[in-house]
Amino acid sequence: MGVNHEDPHGDHVLPHGRALRLGIGGPVGGGKTALVAALCRSLGLAHRLGVVTNDIYTTEDADFLRRAGVLAPERIVAVQTGCCPHTAIRDDIAGNLDAVETLEKRFGPLDLVIIESGGDNLTATFSRGLADRQIFVLDVAGGDKVPRKGGPGVTTADLLVINKTDLASLVGADLTVMSRDARAVRHGRPVLFTSIRRDTGAREVAEWVIGLLEDRPRERHVADRTRTASETA
Amino acid sequence: MRERSAGEAALLLLADSRLPAGGHAHSGGVEEAIRLGTITGRDDLAGFLRGRLATAGLVAAALAAAACELGAALADVEDMEEDVEEEDADDACRLWRRLDAEADARTASPALRETARTQGRLLIRTARRIWPSAMLDTLARAVPDGAHHPVVLGATAAVAGCEPRQAALAAAHGSVAAPATAAVRLLGLDPVAVHGLLAALAPDLDGTAHAACASLGGARSVEWPGLPAHAAPALDLLAEGHRRNPLRLFVS
Ligand SMILES: Nc1nc2c(ncn2[C@@H]2O[C@H](COP(=O)(O)OP(=O)(O)OP(=O)(O)O)[C@@H](O)[C@H]2O)c(=O)[nH]1
Ligand SMILES: [Mg+2]
Repeated sequence: MGVNHEDPHGDHVLPHGRALRLGIGGPVGGGKTALVAALCRSLGLAHRLGVVTNDIYTTEDADFLRRAGVLAPERIVAVQTGCCPHTAIRDDIAGNLDAVETLEKRFGPLDLVIIESGGDNLTATFSRGLADRQIFVLDVAGGDKVPRKGGPGVTTADLLVINKTDLASLVGADLTVMSRDARAVRHGRPVLFTSIRRDTGAREVAEWVIGLLEDRPRERHVADRTRTASETA
Repeated sequence: MRERSAGEAALLLLADSRLPAGGHAHSGGVEEAIRLGTITGRDDLAGFLRGRLATAGLVAAALAAAACELGAALADVEDMEEDVEEEDADDACRLWRRLDAEADARTASPALRETARTQGRLLIRTARRIWPSAMLDTLARAVPDGAHHPVVLGATAAVAGCEPRQAALAAAHGSVAAPATAAVRLLGLDPVAVHGLLAALAPDLDGTAHAACASLGGARSVEWPGLPAHAAPALDLLAEGHRRNPLRLFVS
C-alpha cells in the first residue's frame, strides 16, 4: 500500500538524505505524548529516533517522555513557542527546524524525528516545510461529534488517530458514528482507532509509520547525507 | 545586482513580525518581568519599552547598522570578482567574527548571549533561503553556531537592499515590538492600547536609528569598538532569571 498515493499534496514526496519528519498534533490531552511514547517503544530498537516537543507551558511533555524511559533523554528537545503553539508548527517553523537539525547534527543520521505540537484547536496543522507527514490525534472522550466538525486537522492529516477507545462506553461515545463521520470528510485518507492505555506500542500506528519509512529510497540515504553535509559546510 | 531602491519594501519585510525566523517566541525579558511583578499593566510596560529601546535597542541598532555596512561592502567585492579569492573569503570571515565579538562584548549575560545566537541562527537559516547570497554563506561559515541576532539582521538587511539606517531601524523596532506583543499575550492587555505605546515611541525609533549610524566608519573594523555600548543590568538579570524558570512560555 503506497502511502504516497493517499497524500493530498501529491508533489510532496518523502525525503531522502535526512530523517523523516513526523508531526503529531491535536487538541489538549488527546494522547499525543502517549502516542510519541508508544512509537518510541515500537520503533526505538530498529530505528534511530529523535523527538521535539512544543508544549504550551513548561517542558512537561519532554519531561514525561524522559521519565517514561522510552528514549535516551538527550534525544528529546523541548521548543518554547511563546503562547502560540500553532505559530511554531505552521507560520513560523524556524524554532522547530532548528531543533530538528540540532538533533540530526548531534546524533548523526536519524531515521525519524517526531515533532509533537502543543495541544491546540481543530485548525492547527503542521506546515509541509516542517513535517513530511502528520498525524492528528483525537480523544474519544472529547465527544463523538468532533470528527463531524471537521477542520483542517481532521480532514487533511495524513493519518487520523482516534484514541482512548477504552473510554467509549464510559462517556457514551459511539465509535461507529465517529468512524463514519471521519471517513466522510477524509476522502479515503486513513483513520485508526487506538487505546494506547491498553496497546502501549500503538501497533497499527507504528505499522503505518514503518510503511512511511520503508517507502523511502533507503540505499541513497548515507550517500546523500554526505553530499548535503559538504554542500552546506 | 542589489536594488538600492528596494530598501523600503525590504525593510517592511524585515520588520514584519510575520517574518518566519522565530521572533514570535521571544519576550525580551517581559515574561520574567511579569512573573516578578515588575510589569503589571500598560504604564509599567511603557517604561520598560522606553528603557529597552535606550539601551539594548540602541546597541542592537548600532550593530545591525555596522553589519549592514560590512555586508554591503563584502557583497560589492563579490559582485566585482567572479570567483572570490580564498583570501578574501578568509578576510570576510575574520571581519564577521570581529563584529560578532563586538556584540559579545556588549552582552554581559550568558543567557542573553545564547538567546542572541539562537535568534541569529534562526534568522540566517531563513534569510539564506529568501535571499541566497555568498555574503550570508560567509557569515554562516564564520560563526557556525549562530552570530548575534543584530549582526545577522544587518547582513540580511544588506542583501535585501537596505541601507544601514534601515537596518538600524529594523533592529530598534524589533527591540520594542516583540516585548510589547509578549505583554499583550501574557497580561491580556488591550492590543490597541499597546500599539499606542509603540506609536508614541516612533520618533524615538527614528532617533535611535540615527544615533546608531553616528559612529559608522565605512565598514572599517577599527571603528567598531566605538559603537554604542549601553548596558542594561536589569535586562541581564531578567534574562538570567528567565533561563532558570522551568515554567516559561517564551524562549527569552
Ligand atoms: N483511558 C485512556 N487514557 C489515555 C489514553 N491515552 C492517553 N491517555 C491519558 O490521557 C492523558 C493525556 O495524554 P497525553 O498523552 O499527555 O495527551 P497530549 O495530547 O500529549 O496532551 P497535551 O500535550 O497536554 O496536549 C494522560 O493522562 C494519558 O495517560 C488511552 O488510550 N486511554
Ligand atoms: Mg503532550
